[in-house]
Amino acid sequence: MIRVVLPAHLRKLAGVEGEVALAVDAPVTLGAVLDALEAAHPVLRGAIRDHGSLRRRPFVRYFACEEDLSHEPPDTRLPEAIVVGREPLHVVGAMAGG
Amino acid sequence: MSRVRVLVGTKKGAFVLNADGKRDRWEVSGPLFGGWEMYHLKGSPVDPDRIWASQSTGWFGQQIQRSDDGGRSWNPVGNDFAYSGETGTHQWYDGTQHPWEFARVWHLEPAHDDPDSVYAGVEDAALFHSRDGGRTWRELPALRNHESGASWQPGAGGLCLHTLVLDRETPGRMYAAISAAGAFRSDDHGGSWRPINRGLVSAGIPDPDAEVGHCVHRIAMHPRRPETLYMQKHWDVMRSDDGGESWTEVSGNLPSDFGFPIDVHAHEPETIYVVPITSDSEHYPPEGKLRVYRSRSGGNEWEALTEGLPQENCYVNVLRDAMAVDHLDPCGIYFGTTGGQVYGSADGGDHWQPIVRDLPAVLSVEVQSLP
Repeated sequence: MIRVVLPAHLRKLAGVEGEVALAVDAPVTLGAVLDALEAAHPVLRGAIRDHGSLRRRPFVRYFACEEDLSHEPPDTRLPEAIVVGREPLHVVGAMAGG
Repeated sequence: MSRVRVLVGTKKGAFVLNADGKRDRWEVSGPLFGGWEMYHLKGSPVDPDRIWASQSTGWFGQQIQRSDDGGRSWNPVGNDFAYSGETGTHQWYDGTQHPWEFARVWHLEPAHDDPDSVYAGVEDAALFHSRDGGRTWRELPALRNHESGASWQPGAGGLCLHTLVLDRETPGRMYAAISAAGAFRSDDHGGSWRPINRGLVSAGIPDPDAEVGHCVHRIAMHPRRPETLYMQKHWDVMRSDDGGESWTEVSGNLPSDFGFPIDVHAHEPETIYVVPITSDSEHYPPEGKLRVYRSRSGGNEWEALTEGLPQENCYVNVLRDAMAVDHLDPCGIYFGTTGGQVYGSADGGDHWQPIVRDLPAVLSVEVQSLP
């Protein structure tokens, strides 16, 4: 299972505690995981990626195995540690503000 | 005994204030949706247990929440606000054309005849409608597609449709106000719109009496006298007695005619309320005195209401959607400040008390009068 860590606001919105576990068919890409996340929790549609364009919202970040994948295309394959569930994919609210 | 429920939207969550008809002891609950900007909450006039809430952040976008039990529980409904057809462009701050981009819902206006019908005024300025309890939203594109649309440009708060007033007496008639485009009227349920800004004069635009481009801050109407509209403009308090066809200034003896909210007494259509603010760059009350001004003559002659309000060292603002009236007798008036205070008056404004003092900055205040 793919593990996803959501920021507190989105955990509350989705009504989940802790990590989200998702079954994602290979190849496990960034876009496929986000598709699965939104399918499992439709309330997150529009909260991470824009409706329609599916572009990442400006103040959302994706981190995996200490790498920033925020600017990578949706077909980017996730690291093996994410694929086998050893590490989670982090969806993060960017540090912004003062 | 009747009771009231005050719905307060703040920059960091929503709060619900409950009292019985005396309105002297309040129960404060919240925050709901803590950490989110709650631009507006409003109850359905058809079913007061149904309440709508606009929830957003710059990080995670827009949600619409709906309660069907008077605010005890909430469920997110649809949040896809897709502009209809070719998106087009409007004027940007630097004079270039900029694509219309949805940012947030500023104002929710439930319909008077159907609890599943609700309108949303959004930034960038457009009007959306849901007929299915908020599950789906459809733009009424004629407003944004008005021939003047490409010339609209954002005010300091963005290009926002912040005011929507529904005329209960005239089927299909509604009014919208956009900063900084002005006021518009539809007589066919939003199918077509025309500017209604004749008589507005704004020094901050190239042609002071242009058909569009005015920064209208809010419009208020008494439901029993829908031809009469009151407007707080960027500067100037205005009045129309012909459904917006023409406007005359009624600022009269106000210490400043800059401000944001304006509202009408529930039982006296000629009694109106504003909160004067020093200027467009000094968003706080003149002389540090928080004063609501009341006119019992529909404008021009104003009296300061100060009893119970801070009369020294007060430098808060009151935003456009942050004042409301209940329908009890005597009429109750409520407003919230950017300093987090919500004040209420149970006697038409003669005396005020702080209901709660230390909330996050208040963005909106609405009241439900309940049996």
